[in-house]
Amino acid sequence: MPNITIAKLNKIFEQKKESPSLYVRACLKKIDEVEDDINAFVTVTAPEGLAFAKESDQRMATNKRKSKLDGVPVGIKDVFCTRGIRTTAASKMLDSFIPIFDATVVRKIKDAGGVIIGKNNCDAWAHGASTENSDYGVAKNPWDLTRVSGGSSGGSAAAVSAGECVFSIGSDTGGSIRQPSAFCGVVGLKPTYGRVSRYGLIAMGSSLDCVGPIANTTEDIATVMEIIAGHDEKDATTADRPVPKYSQRLENTIKGKKVGWVTEFAQMGLNDEINRALENARSEYEKLGVEFIEISLPHAKYGIPVYYLIQPAEVSSNLGRFDGIKYGFSADSSDNLIDHYFKSRDEGLGAEAKRRIMLGTFVLSAGYYDAYYNKAMKVRTLIRGDFEKAFESVDCILAPVTPTTAFKIGEKAQDPLQMYMADIFTALVNLSGNPSLSLPCGLDSQKLPIGMQIIGKNFDEETILNLGHQYEKMTEKSNWRNFKKVL
Amino acid sequence: MAKTSIFDILFTIMKEITKSQVKELAELARLGLTEQEIVSLAKEMTTILDYAQALDEVDTEKVKPTCQTSDLRNIFRDDEVSVSEISIEEKLQNAPMREKDFIKVKKVLE
Repeated sequence: MPNITIAKLNKIFEQKKESPSLYVRACLKKIDEVEDDINAFVTVTAPEGLAFAKESDQRMATNKRKSKLDGVPVGIKDVFCTRGIRTTAASKMLDSFIPIFDATVVRKIKDAGGVIIGKNNCDAWAHGASTENSDYGVAKNPWDLTRVSGGSSGGSAAAVSAGECVFSIGSDTGGSIRQPSAFCGVVGLKPTYGRVSRYGLIAMGSSLDCVGPIANTTEDIATVMEIIAGHDEKDATTADRPVPKYSQRLENTIKGKKVGWVTEFAQMGLNDEINRALENARSEYEKLGVEFIEISLPHAKYGIPVYYLIQPAEVSSNLGRFDGIKYGFSADSSDNLIDHYFKSRDEGLGAEAKRRIMLGTFVLSAGYYDAYYNKAMKVRTLIRGDFEKAFESVDCILAPVTPTTAFKIGEKAQDPLQMYMADIFTALVNLSGNPSLSLPCGLDSQKLPIGMQIIGKNFDEETILNLGHQYEKMTEKSNWRNFKKVL
Repeated sequence: MAKTSIFDILFTIMKEITKSQVKELAELARLGLTEQEIVSLAKEMTTILDYAQALDEVDTEKVKPTCQTSDLRNIFRDDEVSVSEISIEEKLQNAPMREKDFIKVKKVLE
């Protein structure tokens, strides 16, 4: 049976057929059943969720529903501050950290009546592509429990895929929403940089971080975006421009749309089965009168080196605040302040965070700044220019999300560079800032989900959501959509 | 690159990250590392930075760096005092060490 969607829940709630409490309890029951296997949550907030659901029941009964999210069970990646609810960033450093405020995206979901039922597992500090860096254990893939759910928002994608929550909020710095969505066969959107507020998100790479939803359908993504997007005076990088009614353009015709096909991507380590799935998606689109145009992103191959210089630089700066003084883990064996910093950070931070802090400190240090960091920022300009040029002739770009489908737990854990390569098609889009929708487009021979991404012009989420929704409608009856996953 | 700076020369000679460099960087980053961590970081950082040298072949002579993609400039607002609804007690609840309404730190001077 396919997972319940926000759209379906709304039909049920509008007709008062069943109450939000019933579905919140159903999700909590599912969590009880599968969490030992999947580990998609760091913290489950059952009492708070049930109390919130009761209020939602009341609103439904008195025709006072706040929004389409009213009464919908949601998970929040554990990198967003939730007032009064432990927020760990999946690092022991914040094991007992209880935020005193809500992230803007959390506040907006609460104000809309969304029922938060827990905090989703992820790689510690959102560093990783598999959740193997989580200090709370790996979040496994509901399609194959010997495989990773992807990362860093792996818990979010696994939870939605397994039906533990109806949607989740994730963050995407180099692919962290899109890649796990692809691995777990769900839909994820990295909005345009500055479209959704990051206030209250534990920062990773501030010039790259984007907040977005993971859900079962593109339609649900559009519904969530209508609630969470918009200007926030607490995040000066948010754009002060109106939020479109994303769900109203989903049914528009896509006939005559021009979609870019990147010639370089097939040569960038892309697995044959994924390439074929993408070509199939292309033919489906062509049947609807979409025109494909070959485009070139000549600097795409530099995406990973640029990303893995810029991002650690920003990480080293953002993780500077975790000093064991104001909050978080504090080593008690030290006898002076300086020693306290060293010990708290050494004992509280994991291997990947240390690796990135060290790399970032190196590329920002006197003598190497120009050769590495500044050089990377310049090549970033060229990458961005490639996209700008491409978008002069196309409305959006169809691309792979990942070079392979979900890999085995442990397969890449010992080789940081191999793990970084998982971001090859996604990190590019964080460097350019464009929005990108990741959605399922088939299964490989091992019955693992394959994802594709539709990259859009800046602030044109409407077009990519329109194309995503039309693809889903067109392939609704495809055999691969009905394949039963393990959990 | 058109002109060769001293850094370019240093850079080509010094392709390997040494243990002593790792120690210096760890000092700057306030990370107390174990000997084992130092050894593996030296190796891993060398591999990653070696990979990043692919960027050397790109001509960026006339290219300006991109720091962020929002295209926004500095955003200012009036510095107005607002009353916080969060109590002092709540604000201090996460502090590992405290005394009365203050966060306590370890000894700064010997």
